Amino acid sequence: MNVTRGFSGRPRVHNPGLPPGQYDARDDWPVLSAEVTPDLAPADWSFRIDGLVERPHTWDWDAAHALPASAYAGDIHCVTGWSKFGVRFSGVSLDAFFDVVRPHGSATHAVARSHTGYTTNLPLADLTGGRAWIVWEYGGEPLPPEHGGPARLLVPHLYFWKSAKWIAGITLLDHDEPGFWERNGYHARGNPWEEQRYSGD
Amino acid sequence: MTETTTPPTRFAVPGRIAVGHETAATWQTATLTGIRRETPRAATFRLAVPEWAGHLPGQHLMLRLTAPDGYVAQRHYSIASAPDDSGHIELTLDRVPDGEVSGWFHTVARPGDTVEVRGPLSGFFAWPGDRPALLLGAGSGVVPLMSMVRHHRARGLTVPLRMLVSARSPEELIYAAELGAETTPVFTRSAPPGVPVGRMTAAHVAPLLAEQPAHGWEAYVCGTNGFAEHASRLLVAAGQPVDRIRIERFG
Repeated sequence: MNVTRGFSGRPRVHNPGLPPGQYDARDDWPVLSAEVTPDLAPADWSFRIDGLVERPHTWDWDAAHALPASAYAGDIHCVTGWSKFGVRFSGVSLDAFFDVVRPHGSATHAVARSHTGYTTNLPLADLTGGRAWIVWEYGGEPLPPEHGGPARLLVPHLYFWKSAKWIAGITLLDHDEPGFWERNGYHARGNPWEEQRYSGD
Repeated sequence: MTETTTPPTRFAVPGRIAVGHETAATWQTATLTGIRRETPRAATFRLAVPEWAGHLPGQHLMLRLTAPDGYVAQRHYSIASAPDDSGHIELTLDRVPDGEVSGWFHTVARPGDTVEVRGPLSGFFAWPGDRPALLLGAGSGVVPLMSMVRHHRARGLTVPLRMLVSARSPEELIYAAELGAETTPVFTRSAPPGVPVGRMTAAHVAPLLAEQPAHGWEAYVCGTNGFAEHASRLLVAAGQPVDRIRIERFG
């Protein structure tokens, strides 16, 4: 252990919900996106799942909202170090979308893409089983544009760069294909509990 | 194998990582060798990192401090210094109220102290000096941009480079003595006599976009999210292509 002289850290209570190397952002919700926030109205939003599926499908705002509502209440973790506890998002479980398109058995990975062109890759298993959502509300209010509104992907058990803002689609593949940050040195999976921050971690 | 379906990322040319992924994943000991005050709130910390693999202007690193009980605090910081062969890098840190890491730097740190760093990280905001660069920063958002300006000068580059930097007052303008003809400061709270006070506007951005260099500007925006939103919208409104605006937001 490489102790820093004179550093004791902020007064703290042990929080078992805090992954290693993270701090509690409390009321802050930092915005971290590399691109210009798009002007994307709900009427212009669409979401498509294609690739290794039986029936590729595109939903518009109303069609997505017609699926069974599902919410997430829990924590989120950003690779830059902050975690946020007890947040509430509302939308639809990705399972409901997958029920429509029916993934092929050969599908193992996914690439999520944003209306801005941003991409991120995920193992398909991280998107199924009630662990991922398309969300449009935060704390009961419409999701703000700088946080990915009108709708974003939410995969709260991975670092938040995986939760693509302004989600436009998901393509299922039989291989892993790095997305934007993954090509720029970030980890392929991004599990906060294993501190999978950078390629090589 | 299925077809490769990832669309080209519109807003980003390929990343520009200067060093291998393993280098970025390895923690190294950095020794503080000097502290230079920049403004009442900001100071520059010079670190000797003997195994530093080099960086590109605009890249950042991750820094960590460890308490005796094993508690670790880590933060990302932009690199202020231009790439050189001195085995040193510089970070310029604002003193954040109640800042756990910046507080240590500003009140405890002294030359000879050691911290740990890993990096450089992320090539997205990097500027190797190859394209005309239009830099918009606010507050300590000027830090990675200054690395680009210093690089431009140190290498004697002729590719156009211009910077707009916003500060609350002349006293809070980081690197004030180093800024040259490439820089236009904007003051939001108080300004020298004859200089208007107010936030960055279309009138600041328009003349720069009007002098469109060959192949256009690559724009780099760095600051708080509020500034980044404002400045990037000014650029888009003035005609800068959205896929040639790179943003680093301080979160």
